[in-house]
Amino acid sequence: MGAKVNSAAAGTANYVDERTSIGGFVKFFARKLFPDHWSFMLGEIALYAFIILLISGVFLTAFFVPSMTEVHYEGAYETMHGVAMTEAFASTLKTSFEVPGGLLIRQIHHWSALLFLAAIMTHMCRVFFTGAFRKPRELNWLIGFTLMILGLAAGFTGYSLPDDVLSGNGLRIIDGVIKGVPLIGTYISYWLFGGEYPGVDIIPRLFTAHVLLVPALILALIGLHLFLVFLHKHTQYPGGGKTHKNVVGLPLFPVYTAKAGGFFFVVFGIVALVASVFTINPVWNYGPYDPSPVSAGTQPDWYILFVDGALRLMPGWVFGLPMEWEIFGYTLSMNILLPAVIIPGLFFAIIALYPWIEAWATGDKGERHVLDRPRNVPVRTGIGVAMIVFYVILVIEGSNDIVANLFHLSLNDLTIFFQWAIFILPPLSFWITKRICMGLQRKDRELVLHGHESGTIVRHENGEYIEVHTPLNEQEVWLRVNYPNHKPLEIEPEYNDLGVRRKGYKWDRFKQKLSHFYYEERVEPVTWEEYQEALHHHEHGPSAQGKQEAAEAEQADDRLKEEWDKVESSQDSTK
Amino acid sequence: MSTPENTPENEPQEGFVDPGLPEHRPRRGDVEPKANKRAERQVAALFGLSIVGTVIALVAYFTMDTGDGSDVSTIQSVNMWIGLGIFLAMAPIGFGAIHWAKTLMRDHEMVEERHELRSSDESRAGAIQNLKDGAEDSGLGSTGTKRRSVLKGSLITAVAIAPLAVLVPQIGNMGGDWNVSKFRHTMWSPGTRLARDPDGELIKASDVTMGSVFHVIPDGLNDLDHHHKMVEKAKAVVLLIRMNPEDMKIPAGREDWSFDGIVAYSKICTHVGCPVALYEQQTHHLLCPCHQSTFDVADGAKVVFGPAKRPLPQLPIAVDDEGYIVAQNDFDEPIGASYWDRLKGDSSNADVQEDSH
Repeated sequence: MGAKVNSAAAGTANYVDERTSIGGFVKFFARKLFPDHWSFMLGEIALYAFIILLISGVFLTAFFVPSMTEVHYEGAYETMHGVAMTEAFASTLKTSFEVPGGLLIRQIHHWSALLFLAAIMTHMCRVFFTGAFRKPRELNWLIGFTLMILGLAAGFTGYSLPDDVLSGNGLRIIDGVIKGVPLIGTYISYWLFGGEYPGVDIIPRLFTAHVLLVPALILALIGLHLFLVFLHKHTQYPGGGKTHKNVVGLPLFPVYTAKAGGFFFVVFGIVALVASVFTINPVWNYGPYDPSPVSAGTQPDWYILFVDGALRLMPGWVFGLPMEWEIFGYTLSMNILLPAVIIPGLFFAIIALYPWIEAWATGDKGERHVLDRPRNVPVRTGIGVAMIVFYVILVIEGSNDIVANLFHLSLNDLTIFFQWAIFILPPLSFWITKRICMGLQRKDRELVLHGHESGTIVRHENGEYIEVHTPLNEQEVWLRVNYPNHKPLEIEPEYNDLGVRRKGYKWDRFKQKLSHFYYEERVEPVTWEEYQEALHHHEHGPSAQGKQEAAEAEQADDRLKEEWDKVESSQDSTK
Repeated sequence: MSTPENTPENEPQEGFVDPGLPEHRPRRGDVEPKANKRAERQVAALFGLSIVGTVIALVAYFTMDTGDGSDVSTIQSVNMWIGLGIFLAMAPIGFGAIHWAKTLMRDHEMVEERHELRSSDESRAGAIQNLKDGAEDSGLGSTGTKRRSVLKGSLITAVAIAPLAVLVPQIGNMGGDWNVSKFRHTMWSPGTRLARDPDGELIKASDVTMGSVFHVIPDGLNDLDHHHKMVEKAKAVVLLIRMNPEDMKIPAGREDWSFDGIVAYSKICTHVGCPVALYEQQTHHLLCPCHQSTFDVADGAKVVFGPAKRPLPQLPIAVDDEGYIVAQNDFDEPIGASYWDRLKGDSSNADVQEDSH
């Protein structure tokens, strides 16, 4: 049988190859090496969540009716009988209650959307903190960033489709934000809704965006993202034998085919498990959209919370000054623009441009394929933590009513606290993180120079106590001494010998300032000289001596014990 | 080049030597045939479990009764069993494959060289030459004698503006009648009676007891078709509140806008347009649950907390001959979220009530 299968496979392979020259591709891909680390799975989770979204989404389109035509519900769910609603909402109820397993697929779809964005964001954090965005991967960082934005768009457009009270109010908030944009906001709102809010066009329009435009873009960019991953070859964590010029890992076939392929099934399984036991978005409890009602504790999906939080945080009046201005009769609403447009815009711009910002400070022109340990780039790590803190404050503020309720706090106090915290905590966390990183770097230096603490304490004859240290092995030393030690940039002077001002000086000066911010304060890795001196010191110094004495003492101890045992046993025998 | 170069850190530190890859340590299965066999059995068992999961999902789908669909908990339990079946069908395949890879497949790391991504100098030169040749062939090459700037200019202009032919009609159509002045008007007009939301029952002044709050729509709203009803309702909803007139500070010029302590304010928040639905009787505060703008109804609905800047617009009310509460007029400003030109345009423009759809 084996031989038959083999010849059939060979026949098929030959058939396909003669028509596609696929042999070359297979040769290229099959044994491509990938480094092994758990943190490299985060992006995979995002990819798999997207595949689950496509699979479950196709099922949902078979039942969903993207229409705002009014119907009076007569379906299975009796509580809603006779209630006027749009077809979109009615078909959502039908999918949930009259299609066996339909509710499950809806929940799988919703949970994987939440997971999709969570995985993208954690993946971005991994890439950020390990410096995987450096040359040559800056463009891929930008593609990944765009994927995150598209993910947000996909999430929001999908969330609004059932046309329930909760999502309808979310849409109204978006409408309010759009209207707040100066000059064109009024018209963009009118254009988007095909007239006044809510109109009859928005659900079909969001549907097209949600099932066609956005996923097509995501799919194309995922293709590009993965193509570049293959082209660049994956980054690897530092360690012995790993350089910027090689990649150490296991082959795609069979190891990663099994691991990564298997991981898809794990992700699918876990999402199905969560979707089957935890209800999400029970729109039948919220009811169809009606512009009048709203319930307390309304929350968007988690990935939109930061915008909602910013909107909640921004006061309409600051120290008695209004945040909405009338200029020549036109209204400029900074209380909407600042939190919902300007702040998220700046936040995302910094994220998108970060690889270039850091490259200006570093002046590094080489390809970087070995990852950084976050401690070795304290300022970057600090910036990352500060941005996470900033984001998390907005997310918590976005659910401040629920937090206040849970911890029995005053809602107003909580908001006032965060209004201050948003200015204080991110810089503070930057500073603390930077200090922790540098502390860890110093610890690394100490380990390299003095070795591990062995826990053995020796007392010298003169009464001095010392602890014996065991030296690090060569792998441990290499990890701690071999990392880029960036120094602040040195630039050419403003004027040349002839006293002529040179071009581009200001730009260089800016980069130098940036570079000082990054690398002025730093802990240098142990140099070879320092290391040699420390080794020398250890071979002859008090620690080495102490170690010898400790060994002697231990031997003496053993001897004594042996003798004692002998005495004991002889006593036993005499009895 | 004025760009500062700073690349000495590319090279590892002098003196230290890369110790190379750590020694490969064999796994248990590599040395003990028994452990190897055991791992194989575990993988097979996991794949077997997946088959069980598939069976559970199918059995749940075919045999479990969802009833007539009216009972949410029955439906949820059917979904739960199908879901658990899917979980069991999927996850063990993954765990099995991963376990296989970890215990039985190669774990001895291999090394592959990387190549610089930059193309070689020859191919760069070749690329440039090809582009030059192409430009030459097209007759647009700057090296050629004929520059054909008219050709170039007209092509760029044509391509740049051609999308307008497609986009302008498309975008134009999507905005319907583009009559944004509709934002400024609601269904309220002199004499429109106030009715309860959602049933449309009219409200008499005597119905409004001290401290009570009514969610209000204009009379006649429910007679509109669904589309217009939603649009008008989104603008016209009002909260009717009665409080002790002594507690109330009446803004100047609005002395006759209320009736015996009964006031009506727009329910749409002046921040981003959520319904301001939560009323606290003791403090006379109205709270928007979306972003917690808080308005003091006793003081002209001015903002006391949160992101809104403007007070809620007040609907001037009166009582008609039959004792029903009626609007004296429309709101004197656009309701809801602020927008750029909200204060521009003629607010008495009545024809916008008619819809071109």
